[in-house]
Amino acid sequence: MELTNDWYLLLSVAMFVIGAVGLLVRRNPLVMFMCVELMLNAVNITFVSLGTELNDVSGQIAVFFVLVVAAVEVVVGLALVVAINRHRADATADDISVLRG
Amino acid sequence: MSEVIVFAVAAAIVLSGAVGVVASRNPVHSALFLIQTLFGVAVLFVLQEAHFLAAVQIVVYAGAIVILFLFVIMLLGVDTADDWSVEPLAGQRPLTVIVGAALLGLGLALVVVATDTLTGAVQRGGERALDNGFTDIERIGRVLFTDYALSFEITAALLTVAVIGAVMLTRRLLRSEMLTDLETASMDLPPASPSAPDPDGSNAETLDSKQVPGR
Repeated sequence: MELTNDWYLLLSVAMFVIGAVGLLVRRNPLVMFMCVELMLNAVNITFVSLGTELNDVSGQIAVFFVLVVAAVEVVVGLALVVAINRHRADATADDISVLRG
Repeated sequence: MSEVIVFAVAAAIVLSGAVGVVASRNPVHSALFLIQTLFGVAVLFVLQEAHFLAAVQIVVYAGAIVILFLFVIMLLGVDTADDWSVEPLAGQRPLTVIVGAALLGLGLALVVVATDTLTGAVQRGGERALDNGFTDIERIGRVLFTDYALSFEITAALLTVAVIGAVMLTRRLLRSEMLTDLETASMDLPPASPSAPDPDGSNAETLDSKQVPGR
């Protein structure tokens, strides 16, 4: 039994769907961010897998940039969570849907 | 064959961790499950000979991002378990099941249908350009600082903007919270004095006193 590229892509699909469902179901903004990280990692698996398959190092470069953007997103997002929590404790995503104050 | 075993174990680690992130009621547990998933992904990277990315994955994700998550959880003290008995938006969970199934179907269809057209043109088993004497760090560095040099520089600007933005976000609201505290302390004073501070404080009061339906 040979390990082909398809297995990585299937794993990536499964991981992406788990992350997306979690993003839709969970109400805690922190856990929602973690689900976004799951989805980004699923895409990273795809990039590395196809980069290896296509014999192109650009896939790994893309993962590098995704990592940076993920770090930036977490920094800004957690700053927002901290700022919102100063006004009202344990705010869920439904409470802050008005995007103000 | 050994590759298949490593892949199976890593995939099990990744998927169980991902389910744990979504299903844990406590955010701290979610963060720890996320670390498990990220380590599994790092193993997959090693399996595909992306050693540099595997190291970066562990250092940046597990070492920085998840620690940042845990730090914020501890700082805010929001490590209480979620209450899943209430459903704030009616009908959201059935819809989520439908959307998740649709995404899964779409992804599987993409993999099944598109892999041949995506990768079928590549000659398998020939001499691989990726293997010609360079490590993956050398290859990534060579390409990153030539073809992608501009993107790399923009990345630096992006990081700087993010840091400044994070500092500004937390600073401004910290000050307005102090103003809110002042207003609460002197609530019997007449409102709308000429030296009234910026409207952030009043907005916060409105939000605080607002009754959100479904809670």
